[in-house]
Amino acid sequence: MKYACELKQSTYIALWFILLTFPIMVVKVNTIENIIVWRWINIVGVGVGAFVLSFFWQLYLRKKMTSQQTAPEKVSILNRLIENPKIYRPALFIVGIFALIFPAVFSHYQVNVMTTALIYVMLGLGLNIEVGLAGLLDLGYVAFYAVGAYSYALLNYHFGLGFWMLLPVGALLAAFFGILVGFPVLRLRGDYLAIVTLAFAEILRLVLENWNTFSFGPSGISNIPRPGFFGINLTPEQSAIYMYFLLIALCGLTIFVTYRLQHSRIGRAWVALREDELACQATGIDKTKAKLTAFALGAMWAGMAGVLFAAKTTFINPASFTFMESAMILSIVVLGGMGSIPGIILAALAITLLPEYLRVFSDYRMILFGAALIIIMVFRPGGLLADRRKQYKFHQPDAKEKR
Amino acid sequence: MNFFWDLFLGGLTRGSIYALLALGYTMVYGILQLINFAHGEIYMIGAFSALIVASILTMQGLTGLSVLILATIATVLYAAAYGFTVEKIAYKPLRQSSRLSPLISAIGMSIFLQNYVMLAQTSDFLPFPNLLPQSNFLDSISSVIGPSDFIIIVTSAAVMSALTLLLKFTKMGKAMRATAQDQTMAMLTGVNVNRVISRTFIIGSALAAIGGILIASHVGRINFYIGFNAGIKAFTAAVLGGIGSVPGAVLGGLVLGLAESFGTGYISSDYESVFAFALLILILIFKPDGILGRSSQQKV
Repeated sequence: MKYACELKQSTYIALWFILLTFPIMVVKVNTIENIIVWRWINIVGVGVGAFVLSFFWQLYLRKKMTSQQTAPEKVSILNRLIENPKIYRPALFIVGIFALIFPAVFSHYQVNVMTTALIYVMLGLGLNIEVGLAGLLDLGYVAFYAVGAYSYALLNYHFGLGFWMLLPVGALLAAFFGILVGFPVLRLRGDYLAIVTLAFAEILRLVLENWNTFSFGPSGISNIPRPGFFGINLTPEQSAIYMYFLLIALCGLTIFVTYRLQHSRIGRAWVALREDELACQATGIDKTKAKLTAFALGAMWAGMAGVLFAAKTTFINPASFTFMESAMILSIVVLGGMGSIPGIILAALAITLLPEYLRVFSDYRMILFGAALIIIMVFRPGGLLADRRKQYKFHQPDAKEKR
Repeated sequence: MNFFWDLFLGGLTRGSIYALLALGYTMVYGILQLINFAHGEIYMIGAFSALIVASILTMQGLTGLSVLILATIATVLYAAAYGFTVEKIAYKPLRQSSRLSPLISAIGMSIFLQNYVMLAQTSDFLPFPNLLPQSNFLDSISSVIGPSDFIIIVTSAAVMSALTLLLKFTKMGKAMRATAQDQTMAMLTGVNVNRVISRTFIIGSALAAIGGILIASHVGRINFYIGFNAGIKAFTAAVLGGIGSVPGAVLGGLVLGLAESFGTGYISSDYESVFAFALLILILIFKPDGILGRSSQQKV
């Protein structure tokens, strides 16, 4: 038999998992009434599930190993599709049309969900500047998001300033906060940088939660106005559609700017910084400047996304800005493929829309999400659409022209 | 003065638990350069299985010390098995890929384990029985130091000394230190690197389980989310002391615990974690490699 080895292995693994999950899955204690409930049926579920999963796991892992050995430089099908102008031009056109007619076709709820997903596209692309391009592992990206959201909510509450006035203000404040975080971490590398950014984000969240006179504490700020539309009063449905188109436009701007940044002088400096800090300095790149611009530009998009988030939900509180949110945005960047703009857009849509449509499995959606993160990373460690460096071709003058 | 002493003891107790957990982070980091985000979840699973085993044993009529010993053994074995399995599933297939991929799969594993316990058990807080033993000796010193504080500090100190001895004087410890220094070179000298990594995860998880039992008995209630905060604090402690260094993790844990305790006592109780994180940032600005971390020379 072809799969005998795998089947045998899977049996052992299934037995191991039955043993492993036994106390948690089978026994349920009620410490108040001193009763133990034994749920023996769960053993069968765990056993069968572990057997089937481990069988496919081994099969795919083996396939991955052998394909790596035979063809190390294979470009994935998705990548090839996206790099072919005959494919991506019409595809882009179709996506554009779809984005335009989306609110007309789908319900109010769907439009709202899509708007949230687009906010995450902005966040993912912003974090991509820090993590994907400059290689600065930021675990506290949500802090900049919070700065944007709170600057809109608070400045509006105290001074009555409008959305369009505060959108750039929120972005600038977040960028300023980015530089503030960037300065002390200039000397740090890798994981030290990660934990310091995480610490900054946690400090900010805890301050927002406890400083009641400034930020209204855990109860948050409600009744944040939606963006105005030339002074016309919009119904909630209309303003949801307005919000949607606003985000489509701003996402387009984000994509354009990040794309141009990536292939600019500073973008290449970031990539050099990511690859090797010392060698990058030796080629004459100002490390301090490159790092700080990466922080500021990355934070700026988060600030903008924060303003949009506050305007969309009309209510914010510190609970929206936990570490889990940072982890979510980071998974968007890594799942999409670091530095790859189409990959990140795809991953942002997948990560925000999947749990939404998995609501059928309501209780199980987070556990499925966790499992999906592991599985995607194991089988596609470079992300869905791994970024490929732009290749510059040397055009030799044609032989005919020479003559 | 009495207030100071109380705060000091409280900080020491808290710090010992952070140190126990930080050891798991620092050992894994030393060998794999990986932040094991699922480590806090192992601690949570340890607390849950201790609760389950202890309840079963109490209902069989056992009492006192025998429950504690049996439950501890079962929990340590069980948590070690989880650590071993987590490594095999989420980290081993990713050993050759970039450094961020295992980080994301660790976050995935953390979400998975949290929700697994929530679904299989409950999302409410469960009362945790006080398993720590009572004795005349402990009663007699209770005016100076609380019994559970005393047990936590002594147990953690004992476990940490045992770990230090293990790393210093056994063949296994030598293999671990060699792998942490240079994985390829260790492999060339005949160290089975895969086995060393598995053992690192097993030992780290066992320490986390001990921490789980101690803190759950001390606090008196658990739920599926306790691992998350403890994990972040312990990771902070590990970085504070210099990640990858075992004495550094212990020192970092104690410093962090004391900072939190004194901060809440003398300044404000609302900002408990803020003190810990602010201290971390301050120390890293002046010592970018942590308190005891070696400043690694960068080479091209």
